Amino acid sequence: MELYKLTIHEAARLLDRREISCTELTESIISRITDVEDRIGAFITLDIDRALAHAKFLDKLGPAGYEKTALTGIPYGLKDNICTSGIKTTCASKMLENYVPCYDATVYRKLKAVNSILLGKLNLDSFAIGSSGETSYYVQTSNPWDPEKVPGGSSSGSAAAVAADEVMFSLGTDTGGSIRQPASFCGIVGMKPTYGLVSRYGLVAFASSLDQIGPLTKDVTDCALVLNAIAGYDAMDSTSANRPCPDYSACLVDDVTGIRLALPREYFNSCQSDEVRSQVIKAAQMFEEMGAVVEEVSLPLSEYSVPVYLMLSSAEGASNLARFDGIMYGYRPDGANSPEEIYKRSRTEGFDANVKRRIMLGNLALDSGKFKNYYLKAARLRTMIKQELDKILGKYDIILSPTTTETAFRFGVIRENTLDKYKQDICIVPANLAGLPAISIPCGFDSTGMPIGMQLMGKAFSDGLLLRVAYTFEQNTDYHIKRPMLHRGDVNAV
Amino acid sequence: MRFETIIGLEVHIELSTSTKLFCACSTAYGAPPNTQCCPVCTGMPGALPVLNRKAVEYAVKMGLATNCEISEFSRFDRKNYFYPDLPKGYQITQRYRPICTGGYLGVESEGCLRKIGISRIQLEEDAGKLIHNEAEKVSLIDYNRSGIPLIEIVTGPDIRSAHEAVEFLESLRLIALYTGISDCKMQEGSLRCDVNISVKPAASGSEYGTRIEIKNLNSLKAVRNAIEYESERLKVLLSSGGCIIAETRRWDDSNNVSEPIRSKEDVQDYQYFPDPDLPGVYIDRGWVEEIRSGLPELPQTKRRRYIEEMGLSEQDARLLTSEPYRAYFFETCVEECGKPKAACNWVTGPLTRLLKDKNLSFSAPGISPAYLAGLIGMVDKEIISYTIAVNVLSEMLDTGLDAGSIVEKLGLRQIADEDMLTEIVDRVLYENQDSVRDYRSGKTKAFTFLMGQAMKASKGKAKPELLKTIMERRLDQL
Ligand SMILES: [Zn+2]
Repeated sequence: MELYKLTIHEAARLLDRREISCTELTESIISRITDVEDRIGAFITLDIDRALAHAKFLDKLGPAGYEKTALTGIPYGLKDNICTSGIKTTCASKMLENYVPCYDATVYRKLKAVNSILLGKLNLDSFAIGSSGETSYYVQTSNPWDPEKVPGGSSSGSAAAVAADEVMFSLGTDTGGSIRQPASFCGIVGMKPTYGLVSRYGLVAFASSLDQIGPLTKDVTDCALVLNAIAGYDAMDSTSANRPCPDYSACLVDDVTGIRLALPREYFNSCQSDEVRSQVIKAAQMFEEMGAVVEEVSLPLSEYSVPVYLMLSSAEGASNLARFDGIMYGYRPDGANSPEEIYKRSRTEGFDANVKRRIMLGNLALDSGKFKNYYLKAARLRTMIKQELDKILGKYDIILSPTTTETAFRFGVIRENTLDKYKQDICIVPANLAGLPAISIPCGFDSTGMPIGMQLMGKAFSDGLLLRVAYTFEQNTDYHIKRPMLHRGDVNAV
Repeated sequence: MRFETIIGLEVHIELSTSTKLFCACSTAYGAPPNTQCCPVCTGMPGALPVLNRKAVEYAVKMGLATNCEISEFSRFDRKNYFYPDLPKGYQITQRYRPICTGGYLGVESEGCLRKIGISRIQLEEDAGKLIHNEAEKVSLIDYNRSGIPLIEIVTGPDIRSAHEAVEFLESLRLIALYTGISDCKMQEGSLRCDVNISVKPAASGSEYGTRIEIKNLNSLKAVRNAIEYESERLKVLLSSGGCIIAETRRWDDSNNVSEPIRSKEDVQDYQYFPDPDLPGVYIDRGWVEEIRSGLPELPQTKRRRYIEEMGLSEQDARLLTSEPYRAYFFETCVEECGKPKAACNWVTGPLTRLLKDKNLSFSAPGISPAYLAGLIGMVDKEIISYTIAVNVLSEMLDTGLDAGSIVEKLGLRQIADEDMLTEIVDRVLYENQDSVRDYRSGKTKAFTFLMGQAMKASKGKAKPELLKTIMERRLDQL
């Protein structure tokens, strides 16, 4: 049996019955990584020895030696913008090439506490700014379904590693779709929880009011398990929601009777791929057949969501990235003598062009002379967009749409047409602007065999309901079972 | 030409909370560099701020004490700029929604009370401290101070003289001390001040002159000298038809001059926007009232009470209230002995002097106010003389014993026994026959000398009036 292919819930059952050991599971994953990592390029830092030692230690302790949850003994990866004490956290940048945090992000601390096994740190667009994974300073992650295509971003490594069975799950971060879009491109489940549900403490911030950590998994059942482990109030994060969390696994009911689904016209009309549109509509029809109420709605402010997102995320990003000044930590060139020279050269040489573009855009939005017309106007529009979504979600339980307006594209495309690619984010950025939960799940393949994802977006803190509807779809389809062919062994498996 | 000087102040007061504004690090002064910091106050990637409730309470206290409106909703903003002592590349402050607005403070100036408007009080974090080592040509950064809570108090352009500015600052300092929100140690940088100053011809109506900012003054003396220097400089410039450029200047304390800060440091385009890491703060009205009712009597009110109810002079009232512990000592002593004037004289006179000599302070004087009341009572009942009492007080401070015990132990009780005193006087007159002759030939000075000798012979214990009577009688009888 190839253990690396298992989902978390399958592996957990076997571990529980002691049919397999943590070491066997971790070894299987490691051999898988050895086989396919050259092709995928998902990891920035891979620490096989550490992972194996952890697994062996758990086996030595035996089941009586530690508290057991579904994630105990499960090998996973973290996006490399989540702080891990003692392990490099690079944000895929030259700026933080040798940066080793002195503290743990809350999510990492939580996963450590249940003895999940960290394999390493996963690739991303530098500082989580990007949507193709191409701006990493270190490694090019490829889409497991097609080596010519991007895995999506910014959680490129987190999505590709799960799709390629290199990790059993991963955590990514989503500021404007950075979990859902790569999940969609790689044919897996990716969820951005409600803003405030998962602590941001220890996440190297891109845009604080939009950032949210979330799971990338092989199926919805796993997604609920991971969310159970990472959700919850954290006194270290002032924006964390102080309210009890349900057991998300208990929310997984195969039933959508009476659930009201809204299909926003503007989201579907923006589709560049007919195959994507028709596949999601097919999914909607399926929901209807299963007893859900499906109706078309209009969200007229949709056209503003991407520009508003760009303005606000750039403004917050410019400010958040100001701490990378070469003074206390991070890249500092030799021979820089004055503070001004240290700033100038550290930032010029330590940031890539993409990050610099967003910093410049952000500084423009914050410039005292333009603040009113740019930042404040965008902030006001953000409130209006949120109100529009809240109004629709007062009448409907879920907004259903494609996750992205097309399937994964080829490398290099984004450099040629940056603005056009930004427009692809029309379905995903509203969830960040409004702080709503949203999940992307596989719902088919296009004619070239690339996965198509659909997005379910719900009211704030209706994460459980989202999981239930996604679960129902998954139970009645088999898109999530299909895996890319990466290795000789995979041929037989499909 | 007559000129008018218009002054506004921005006063930074370091709050004496035990932990920093957004993390749990200690704020204690004087620790070795970088021993009181954490990921939050050193701006490590991913660290997030959590607001210190005590700091909000202290800011509200200052707001209430200065007649401000306390905002129901307040928020924090980022002030983005680069400086090596600023670890995040921005300072968390309050630009758009400060905690307190629209207050004032009455300041005594030329015999009348002038209202100095306070436009806002905002909470913000302090930066780290740069330490330049000239010998090794390196600059080091101590982040212990980074994240310590400050309030910035911004006045309207209502101040007209250096004297008013100093009076205002002194009032603020006292309020901070009485409410316990800051120790206001200027030498440790707990109270700092920026001065905005402009000068215009007195006849020019409401139009203000070009504004000069003098940054980072950290003593009352510096504030006074800087304002006097700068307003004179501007007046001279204006009179000679010169042109004033709006600029930021620094005060050189040792040479008593202001000088422009190099333009490179000066030109800063600060960018502000609401800090997305910190949700807005809703300040509960009930809580505000709770804080209000817990406020101590403020120094100005106290002063008025001392003058009007206790009959003290303005100067005495000022002296007594210039330190909260001194005022507390005084009031408790008055409660015990019921003699405000005597208590005032003792507290502002011998007690203050002796505490200073012995390196003690009113915050830990070593004796209770009731002990001083006891001493005052003994003088009053003529058990000891005033002169002896001062010595007794010194002994009390050294030993912590009460006045009665010391008087008994050292046998200092006043001698009012006529026979004993007559014996002393006779001996002195016998031993100083020259002076007696002088006295007889009309030199009154000799009498004072003889009295002194007699008092000395009694070891200071003789009851002075009785001694005098006996001395006069024996001299007449001779
Ligand atoms: Zn700290």
